Amino acid sequence: MNTRLKNRICLGLMAGLSCFMIIFSPTPAYAMHIAEGFLPVTWAIFWWVVTIPFLIFGFKSLSRITKDNPELKLLLALSGAFGFVLSALKIPSVTGSCSHPTGMGLGAILFGPSVMAVLGSLVLLFQSVLLAHGGLTTLGANAFSMAIVGPWVAFVVYRLIILSGKEKLAIFCGASLGNLATYVVTSMQLAIVFPAVEGGVMASFIKFASIFAITQIPLAISEGFLTVLVWNWLQSYAINELQTLKLLKNQP
Amino acid sequence: MANKEVITSQPKKKQGNWWLILSVILLTVLPLIFIKGDFQGADGEAKELITEIQPNYKPWFEPLFEPASGEIESLLFASQAALGAGFIGYVIGFYKGRNN
Repeated sequence: MNTRLKNRICLGLMAGLSCFMIIFSPTPAYAMHIAEGFLPVTWAIFWWVVTIPFLIFGFKSLSRITKDNPELKLLLALSGAFGFVLSALKIPSVTGSCSHPTGMGLGAILFGPSVMAVLGSLVLLFQSVLLAHGGLTTLGANAFSMAIVGPWVAFVVYRLIILSGKEKLAIFCGASLGNLATYVVTSMQLAIVFPAVEGGVMASFIKFASIFAITQIPLAISEGFLTVLVWNWLQSYAINELQTLKLLKNQP
Repeated sequence: MANKEVITSQPKKKQGNWWLILSVILLTVLPLIFIKGDFQGADGEAKELITEIQPNYKPWFEPLFEPASGEIESLLFASQAALGAGFIGYVIGFYKGRNN
């Protein structure tokens, strides 16, 4: 009975907090990708220039992995497919608008972040060409936030927490924080280009980021859970592949 | 008896997968129940906020192709999710079948 009471209180608090957020958030939040044409030419080129070296490096490590360990191809494709599914799911959030997870954490944790630069960019390319979601001119900027920063944050967080020996916690936190980091970077990219009239870049960043963070928190948690779910399946059925990956990571 | 399991896979222990799935569903459904919002997809609103901060900004590039309607867009999104999920199912099923 005690736990049931606790659960109800928790649920009540969640609902209360959600209502509070709705009433006090004046501007609706929005999805992560920067729309086509919404970065000035110089900035669009700038983010492309920043992104391209990561893409080249990603292609190199992609071809190295598939050449040395062809049996990992299937797992690699699974990581890409995971991102493909999750970024298609627009999920309602506590701010009364929808956004979607990135699904980059799984691949970053399994194969390392450099590979995800390529896989994430492919997902973004698909969405910008076929769905008018994101854009070709803003692909550099969107790839930087989703396919580069997100996976790197996921990877570093995972590596830090795994030191404590709690593997699932490490995966959960890695995937969730990688997701959140993507949105923080997008806010930054937008804030630099569109500083607020009063307070400049910083004020604009806080405005963008506070909106993003609140919308994204439940989605980040969901992404963490789903990543752990797939990890559980892999641990049950693909233990050999996971062992191979561990060996790969220990190589210099 | 336990030995055989150790060789092929991790010893069976509770992974709590159903709880993970349930949590994700709750996290998705609860906002819909408790929150009054229009649940707009967000990119249009992004453009609005940008034009609010900088009213003079003109996008300098248009998407090459836009889905003809909301229905076509959801068809494409559904196909994207279906392709990805189908492939994940295939891989996990393949791994599972290989173990048995």
